[in-house]
Amino acid sequence: MAGVTVSNLVKTYPSGSRRATDDVSLEVADGEFLVLVGPSGCGKTTLLRMVAGLEVPDSGTVTIGGRDVTRLPARERGLSMVFQSYAIFPHLRVRDNIGFGLRMRKIDKATITERVERAADLLDLTDYLDRYPAQLSGGQRQRVAVARAIAVDADVLLMDEPLSNLDALLRMQFRAELKKIVARLGTTTLYVTHDQAEAMSLGDRVAVLRDGKIIQAGAPMEVYDEPSDRFVGGFLGAPPMNFFDAVVQDGRLVVGDVSLEAPERLASWPDKKVTVGIRAENVAVDRPGLSGEVEVAEPTGAAVLLTVRWAGGELKIQAGAGFRAAAGDRVDFHFPGTGLRFFDPETGLAL
Amino acid sequence: MSRRERIWVQLGCIAVSLFMGVPLYLITLAALSSRESLNEFPLPLLPTSLSGETMSTFLKSTGIVGGLVNSLTIGLSTVVLALLLGLPAGYALARYAFRGKDPYQLGLLLTRALPIVVLSVPLGRIFLDVGLYDSTYAVTLLHTALALPTTVLITSAIFLGVSREQEEAAMIFGASPFAAFARIVVPQALPGIAASAMFTFVLSWNEVLGASILTLNRRTLPAQVLATLADSPLAFRFAGGLALVLPALIFIAVARRYLLNMWGTTLR
Amino acid sequence: MATGTRSRGPLLLILPSIIFMAALFLYPLLSGIWQAFSGPDGFTTAWFSRMADDPYFWEATRNTALLIVVLIPLQFGLAILMALLLRQRPRLAGLHFYIWVVPLAISDLAAGLVWLSVFTDRGYLNSVLDHLGLGSYAWLSFEHPGTMFLAVVLAELWRATSLVFVIVVAGLQGVPRDYDEAAEVFGASYWQRVWHVLLPQLRPSLQVALILRTILALEAFAVAQALTGRNFPLLVGETYQWYYTLQNPNVATAIALVVLALSILAAIGYLRLMRRTPEVG
Repeated sequence: MAGVTVSNLVKTYPSGSRRATDDVSLEVADGEFLVLVGPSGCGKTTLLRMVAGLEVPDSGTVTIGGRDVTRLPARERGLSMVFQSYAIFPHLRVRDNIGFGLRMRKIDKATITERVERAADLLDLTDYLDRYPAQLSGGQRQRVAVARAIAVDADVLLMDEPLSNLDALLRMQFRAELKKIVARLGTTTLYVTHDQAEAMSLGDRVAVLRDGKIIQAGAPMEVYDEPSDRFVGGFLGAPPMNFFDAVVQDGRLVVGDVSLEAPERLASWPDKKVTVGIRAENVAVDRPGLSGEVEVAEPTGAAVLLTVRWAGGELKIQAGAGFRAAAGDRVDFHFPGTGLRFFDPETGLAL
Repeated sequence: MSRRERIWVQLGCIAVSLFMGVPLYLITLAALSSRESLNEFPLPLLPTSLSGETMSTFLKSTGIVGGLVNSLTIGLSTVVLALLLGLPAGYALARYAFRGKDPYQLGLLLTRALPIVVLSVPLGRIFLDVGLYDSTYAVTLLHTALALPTTVLITSAIFLGVSREQEEAAMIFGASPFAAFARIVVPQALPGIAASAMFTFVLSWNEVLGASILTLNRRTLPAQVLATLADSPLAFRFAGGLALVLPALIFIAVARRYLLNMWGTTLR
Repeated sequence: MATGTRSRGPLLLILPSIIFMAALFLYPLLSGIWQAFSGPDGFTTAWFSRMADDPYFWEATRNTALLIVVLIPLQFGLAILMALLLRQRPRLAGLHFYIWVVPLAISDLAAGLVWLSVFTDRGYLNSVLDHLGLGSYAWLSFEHPGTMFLAVVLAELWRATSLVFVIVVAGLQGVPRDYDEAAEVFGASYWQRVWHVLLPQLRPSLQVALILRTILALEAFAVAQALTGRNFPLLVGETYQWYYTLQNPNVATAIALVVLALSILAAIGYLRLMRRTPEVG
C-alpha cells in the first residue's frame, strides 16, 4: 500500500494552446479513495495518465509510496488501472485477461490460478472464465476490466471513467458494488469521472478540476455544502445551485425589487454586488416571504422540482413529493439563512 | 418492397452474376478441354471432354515453369520487403502524431496516381547501370515500390483497429512496449496483415508491364505469356489465362472479409 | 494519443519507407523526365517529335481517350446499380458479392485472355451463334474496328467495375439507413431517394473512384494486346512497343510522360468539377 503525491505537475499538449494541467498538486493518502471530477477537457484524465506513467509531464513530480516515479515507465510503478474503454484483450479468454498482469510479473501458475479465481469470484465472473470478451455483455466486460485490475494486488488503483460506457441502471448498481469492493481491498484509489453524482457517491474525498487546475478538494458533502467557488456550486448537484445577483445595502440584500435580510458576514461587503447561491432543496416552499410563478413542475417521484419565475430570472426549487402545483400557479417560498452562499461576482470565489 | 420488385432485384443480381461468372466458367472450360475439342467448331459449352492436356502442355512450354518460379519468388519477396518497410510506417501513422505526417500521407496517396510506365522505363536504365537488370531483384524492387503505399495505408488502418488503450493496459500491467506490441497488437492485427500480404502478392502476380520492361530472360509468368502471345496457339493462351486467374479466385475467397475495408475505404 | 510526439520514434519508423520511395519513385521519375528530353547533344525535343510522327501514337491516343470516355460512365452506372441491388438484401447476397468482386484480383492481361476465349473466331460467342444457326462473325478482325472496340470495352467493364463497386458499397455503408427511411417517410420515391439522398452522400467516394479508375484506365494495355494484338493500340501499349520491339527507351519515356500528364490532368479536372457544387457529408 502506498500514498500518491503529485507536485506542481504541468503538461501542455503540442496541439493545445493552453496547459492541460496547470501546476497541479495533490495528495492521496494511503488507502484513500479520491475522485477527480470536472467537465470534459479539464485535465483530469491527463492528470491520471501522468500518475499512470502513460504521459510524461513537462515539469513537476509524481511520487508513489515515497518513491519518485516521474520518469519511470508505467510497468515499473506498481499500479493497476481500469480504462474507460475497458481495454480488455479480445483475443484472450476472460481467465487470461484477468491473469495478464500476474503473468507479466512472472508469478507461478498455481498462484495465478488462485488469484484469478478469487478476483473472478469477487466480481461474479466465475462462470465466464473460459469465454472470450466478444461473448460477454458490456457490463460483464466492465467486470473483467475491474477483476484484471484488482487481481494484481497493486499499491495504487487508477480508474478512468470506468462506468461511463454502462447504461444508467447498470451504472448505479455497479457503482455501489465497486465502492464495496474497493473498500474491502483498501487500495489507494484515484478515480476520474465527469459525473458529479458518481464523484459524490464514491469518493472519500473529491477534487474538482477546471481548466487544468484543482478548484476545491475535500470530503464530498463538504464540497457540496460549502463550494469554494461559484463553478463548484454549479457543477456539483443536480439541479445545479441557483445563482442570482444582489446588492448589499444597509444590512439587507436587494434583488431587483425584493429585499432580503442579509447575514452578519456580509457586513464587510457594504454597497457592493454579490452573487447569491442557494440549492434547490434548501429553498423552503409554502412559507410566506417571497413568491413567484411556477413555469414548470416536474415530479421526480421522490420530490417535485419546480421552475419558478422570480426576480427576473429562473429559480429551481425542490418541493416534497406530495406538493401539488401546475404551471401558472403562484408559489410562496423563503430562503433560510443557513442555505445561502455568497460569491464575489468578479472572481467567483466564495466570500 | 413488393413481390414484383423483389423478383426484379433477384433477376438483376443473377444477370450481373452471369456477366461476371460466365467468362470465368468459359476460360476454365477452355483451359481444361483437350486439344482436339478446342479445334472443334462449334465449341462444346458443357464440360463433356475434360482433360489436363492443355494445361500440361502449357506448363511444359519454354519459360513457363521458370516464369512460375520467378513469379512466386518475386511475389513472396515483395510481400516480405513491403511488410518490413511498411509495417513500422503503418504503426507510426496509427499511433503517433508527428510533424510531417500529413505530407507523408499525401505523398503515399499521390504515388497511386503515378502510372507504372513512368517508373518502369527509367528504372530499366537505372538497373542496367547498377547491374540489377534482368533479375528477380529488379522486379521485386519495382513491385515493392508499387505495393508499399498500400501496405502502409492498410496496416495503419489495421493498427488503428486495435485501440491504443489496449497497449497502454498491457504496459500498466507490466509489459514492455515491445511485449505489448507482440502480445496484444500483433495477434489481433495478424488476420489483417495476412490479407494485406495477399493483396501485395496478387498485385505482384498481376503486374506485367514493369516486369516485362525490367527483364529479358528472368521473366515472370504474365510477362512470359505476354511476350509469347503473338506466336502461341489459342490453347496456350487459354491455359495462360486460367493460370493467371486462379490466384485471384483463391485470394478473393480468403480475403473477402477485408475487401471492403481495403479497396473500399482505406485505399480510396 | 499524443505520446512520444517529441521523440524521434515515429520518424525512425517511417524513415525506411521514405528512403525507399525516394529511390524508387522520385529518382526514376526525375531521371525519366531527363531521359525524355536529353539527346547526344544535350536538351532535345527530338524524342517527342519522333513520338508524334508515329501514326500509331495518335491512333493510340484516340483509342485511349475513346476507351475512357465510353468505359467510365458505363462502369459507374453498372457499379452503382450493382451496389443498389445489393443494398436491397437479395437472396444469396454473399454469393453474388463474391462473384462480383472476383475480377478485383484479375490482371488486365488475364482479362484479355478470358474474353479472347469468348470473342476469338472459333470462340464461345461464335459457337453459341452457330448453335443458334446464326453463323459466326470475326469480332476481333481489324476490318471490324467497332466490334473490336466493343470487345475491349466489355473486357475492361468486366474486369474493373468491381473496384468502383467496392468503393461505392463501402461508401454506402457510411450512409445511415435513417436518411433513406426519413426520405421515404416524407414521400420520396425510390429513384428520388437514390438521386437526392444516396448519390449526394456518395460524392466523396465517387470522386475518388473516378480519379482512380481514370488513371488505371489510362494504364490499360495488355487487355487490348491479348484481344487484338496491335490492331487496337493503346498509349501504354505503345510504350511497351517502343521499349521492347523498337528498343528506344527515350521515346518510350516520352509516351510515359504523356500518360502521366494525362493522369494529372484527369485528377485535377475531376477535383475541380466535383468541387464546384458544395460538398455534402
